[in-house]
Amino acid sequence: MSSVAPAQQSGPVAEQASASTARVAEIRRQADGVVGIVLTDPAGGRLPDWAPGAHIDLVLPDGTTRQYSLCGDRWDAHAYRVAVLREPSSRGGSAYVHDSLREGDLVGLGGPRNSFPLVPAPRYLFVAGGIGITPLLPMIAQADMVGADWTLLYGGRSRNSMAFLDELGRHGDRVRVAPQDETGLLDLPAFLGTPREDTRIYACGPAPLLDALADATADWPSTSARTERFVARERSGSGSDSSFEVTLARSGRTISVGRDETALEAIGAAGVDVLSSCRQGTCGTCETTVLEGRPDHRDSILDDDDRQAGDCMYPCVSRAVPGDRLVLDL
Amino acid sequence: MSAPTLGRAPTIDVDPFCDEVLADPIPLQRELRAAGPVVHLSTYDILAFARYEQVHAALVDWQGFQSAAGVGLTNFRTEQPWRPPSLLLEADPPHHDAPRRVLQKILSPRALRSLREKWFADAEELVDEVFGHGPRVVDIDAVTELTEAFPLRVFPDAVGIPQEGRENLLPYGDHLFNTFGPRNHLVEEGEPRAGDLLAWTSRQCRRDVLAPGGFGAEIWSAADRGDILVDQAPLIVRSLLSAGVDTTVHGLSAVLHAFATHPDQWARLRETPAAARVAFDEAVRWESPVQVFFRTATRDIEIGGRTVPEGHKILMFLGAANRDEQHWGAEADRFDLGRDPSGHVGFGMGIHQCVGQHVARLEAEALLTALARRVERLEPTGPPRRHLNNTLRSWESLPLRAHLA
Repeated sequence: MSSVAPAQQSGPVAEQASASTARVAEIRRQADGVVGIVLTDPAGGRLPDWAPGAHIDLVLPDGTTRQYSLCGDRWDAHAYRVAVLREPSSRGGSAYVHDSLREGDLVGLGGPRNSFPLVPAPRYLFVAGGIGITPLLPMIAQADMVGADWTLLYGGRSRNSMAFLDELGRHGDRVRVAPQDETGLLDLPAFLGTPREDTRIYACGPAPLLDALADATADWPSTSARTERFVARERSGSGSDSSFEVTLARSGRTISVGRDETALEAIGAAGVDVLSSCRQGTCGTCETTVLEGRPDHRDSILDDDDRQAGDCMYPCVSRAVPGDRLVLDL
Repeated sequence: MSAPTLGRAPTIDVDPFCDEVLADPIPLQRELRAAGPVVHLSTYDILAFARYEQVHAALVDWQGFQSAAGVGLTNFRTEQPWRPPSLLLEADPPHHDAPRRVLQKILSPRALRSLREKWFADAEELVDEVFGHGPRVVDIDAVTELTEAFPLRVFPDAVGIPQEGRENLLPYGDHLFNTFGPRNHLVEEGEPRAGDLLAWTSRQCRRDVLAPGGFGAEIWSAADRGDILVDQAPLIVRSLLSAGVDTTVHGLSAVLHAFATHPDQWARLRETPAAARVAFDEAVRWESPVQVFFRTATRDIEIGGRTVPEGHKILMFLGAANRDEQHWGAEADRFDLGRDPSGHVGFGMGIHQCVGQHVARLEAEALLTALARRVERLEPTGPPRRHLNNTLRSWESLPLRAHLA
């Protein structure tokens, strides 16, 4: 059970630890150049719920923000697991994770968000390239749990560079491991076989693999294949929990949001009630219209198009892009 | 059952589903909260939570307290449900994921923006119809004329079901929410019509029945995209029709009853119409239209110093949690627009939290805004009458006098 903070007088609820900070509980080598990281809530509480395909924003102590797919067990509400590949050209991000991040460190957390959800189907074909295995791991666990017919084709440069082979070993011949230095490029047409209405194809990996998959599934129904491109996005300078200013447009007041409080808390402390509920960026109750400034979105709700629009935010978790002042319709 | 384990919790012998308690659950809620964090209900030999802390903890712990064994007293592991189980309410991850994801997107605040203007206009139109433009003092029954009338005017259209047969929606919902309780006289009285109501409701979920552009048609579009299975679509539409009408009606009744009995709060709303959203949620906290739900332990779970054994049902008193002085302060029983009701569990909490909450809030905001514009003061003209339901706290009749501005 999650622990619950002592009750308080009427006012904001505080029974769930803020989701915006996590502790690095474990760092473990998973393969050549790949470490697995387990994150927990510093207060020992539950972490926000997620489903296979979800990723989190990890705000590293050096100020870089990176996105990583969750690849742990969602039935354990108290831990997230991500796996990080060392990118050869990385300056911050993955290099920081490999060289500097230590167990016990605190990191910022955004999301989880899911733009790669697993849809129900009686049969799945999974294709992973390298570190692209990460979002597929919980999908595979789930497909197995519901008794779906599934097969994984897992490619990589060499066996030593391929993470989680040990965990996947228990699935026997449902898992086809194909290191490039042993078997060459993945033979997608042979793996996919004849198009079938009942099958969903999930693939994650580098661009050439996904391009090859697009060619190989040209004859499949358009809804069959779902892919996520693994790109090492680094958004430097963004995301750390710095203080920022919010102007409440209806009264013209400007308030400061400190490092250790949420925008929702700061607005509430200024005497303006914004109705909220989950306070984890999942329920959507506190949606607030943004008139000016760029929000640093940390919620689980808005998809990329919504974020691009930039016209609303969830002040229970989201903040301002450093340097920007937000003007809210409050 | 394992009485020694259960028996260590303080025992309450009152049946929470007897007519007397359903008519006024507040005294029992106090007794349950005072008895301890976990209480044994001897009538059903189950453990129950009535304090905010344990209710909240159980609601969010979907791993430990599952819904797929039913959210009523009936245990689907051993007993047959009366209808095919809901893909949302009565499901756990992973099966719960896709239906929830699809419906949450369709009912999200962003998606509802397109309805806002129309619903505000509809509310003004209804309020004008009810109060006319003659006498300055009008007597109404707020339930039939406003709180049932408004959701029935806007929601079925938004889903896209035909006009014919909409009178079945409220009785279907009423029976469904009764069936989450024990098989008492309320359930028995509903059973003769239950088959027909379920059959009618199920017919409204078919693709060819649903108007283009509505929530129902969008659910079918999600099936076409492969986001859900085709045979899941009708059951997801059914969820809208099951849980989307009665609950909103009772929430609206709650807020109008609250205002009629707290004229100072009505004056406050008229001064600050933007408080309509907070007012509705405060009424949902105060009245808790959905009073109770059950869960089933998936393993032996420690909570509140007791162990809930694997496979056992637990009963969560949402209404009691929403008035827990330990959480809300000494004035928890007061309806107060100055309170921040955020975090109440009237819509539940966690992955099963009411997926239609933003729809309900928009309906309430529209109706309250229209009423605040026309009505200076509301007062009761006679005793309000409760409608008894095993799950819902509702009014059958709210005779009110409106003094128009």
